[in-house]
Amino acid sequence: MIFLKLLEGIGVGLLSLTVGLLFMGLARKITARIQRRYGPPVLQNFIDVFKLFSKQSISHGFAFDLGLVAGVSALLAAVVFLPMGQINLFPHNSSLIMIIYLMTMAYLGMAMGVSSSGNPNATIGVARALTMMMGYELPFAAVIFSVYIFAKTGSLTNIVAAQGGGFLNWNMVRLPFGFLAAEIALQGMLGEKPFDMAIAPAEIASGPMVELGGKYLGFGMLQHAVGIYLETGIMVDLFLGGASNIWIFVTKQFELFFIALLINAVLPRFKIEDGVKFMWKVPLLLGVIQALIVVL
Amino acid sequence: MSEWKDLTNFFRGRSFWMLHYCTGCGAMELPPTMTSRWDMERFGVIPMATPRQADILLVTGYLSLKSLKRLIYTYEQMHAPKWVLGFGSCTINGGVYWDSYNVIERLDKYLPVDLYIAGCMPRPEAILDSFKKLRELVEKGEAKGYEKYVKNYEWYKANQDRVLKRTKPVLQKPEEVTRSA
Repeated sequence: MIFLKLLEGIGVGLLSLTVGLLFMGLARKITARIQRRYGPPVLQNFIDVFKLFSKQSISHGFAFDLGLVAGVSALLAAVVFLPMGQINLFPHNSSLIMIIYLMTMAYLGMAMGVSSSGNPNATIGVARALTMMMGYELPFAAVIFSVYIFAKTGSLTNIVAAQGGGFLNWNMVRLPFGFLAAEIALQGMLGEKPFDMAIAPAEIASGPMVELGGKYLGFGMLQHAVGIYLETGIMVDLFLGGASNIWIFVTKQFELFFIALLINAVLPRFKIEDGVKFMWKVPLLLGVIQALIVVL
Repeated sequence: MSEWKDLTNFFRGRSFWMLHYCTGCGAMELPPTMTSRWDMERFGVIPMATPRQADILLVTGYLSLKSLKRLIYTYEQMHAPKWVLGFGSCTINGGVYWDSYNVIERLDKYLPVDLYIAGCMPRPEAILDSFKKLRELVEKGEAKGYEKYVKNYEWYKANQDRVLKRTKPVLQKPEEVTRSA
């Protein structure tokens, strides 16, 4: 029984990796079409990951290895708690808190790994990523607080179940300010423009990724793939009423990701202090207004 | 085992990540190659920010002795398998700088060049063609410059040292002047 659960968990992990990499490939294709280019093949990111894992790699010590593995595995562990369509492996009582906790773990693991490489660009990148995290976690926490109070439960399964019975029952319609705030926070979580100052290639040479090469960069790409899957997945469960099966779930995820992509394609980058200021002004205000409406 | 190698080479040939070392006027040809007009991302080639992440080192144009030193550092930081593309006639025979006292003439005395792109300047079409040619070489398993560099390191190192000696400052340091006086 336990063995079967384990196999299912591995299956869900592979699913999230595949869907994440596919989304990244589609992102490159769509961005190319917006810029009137032909763009790479849709499966280009699978080719890239395969190539990266076939390359020679240099480690920068034990903390470097540990941090990168922790980054991927914590996100994969978080995906297991996510109800996606009919797949719901661990219908835990407070899965929402669990996922948020594991997500933070993953980014801290990555931060530990790359800053142990000793490259100043990586340190600047990590500092920016953590500052930005402080920026978007606050409005997102406000949103989660209002969803929590509104649904009177911390279980994602029950939150999804409470939104059943048509479009008008979705939290997107019931909690519109919260949805807007979460959308802006999602943009920051995905690291898309205008909040991509952590990996600014032109100024700090791709930030945290500066010393990663070969297998390590492969792990970085996989982490980004699972991150996309997890972050859009939470949004689908919280606001778009979950889904009845996995295909609808992935379609809804892609809609959210597509909006983020379009914003990414047309906007330039914030400076880090402006990004945090924006996060603490607009989405936080929306989130607090939503929380007040729900509480009163 | 050979099928696995073929598969690896197939994927390596379709995902070149490029580090462009832009010293000379060759840098001018790269923006049109990357952006909408010629769009090299079609072939899976994208520019990368650091040598750790890159597979191809594209050397555009002439190399002065001081920049050769930096290029060697960059090359040695890259992870194998790695390939060097010499871009323009400056890397082949010195180009218009053929009689300069401070510019190297042939790049492949100092680094193992896998492919040259002739011309002054090569057009973006020529650059795209070189990526295609390099893909063919990689798929056949013939682009082995990085192994050649390891195997013949003494020869490359001797060549590098011979020219890099000339980058030492000509004027004496102040303490050396006082000692000699």
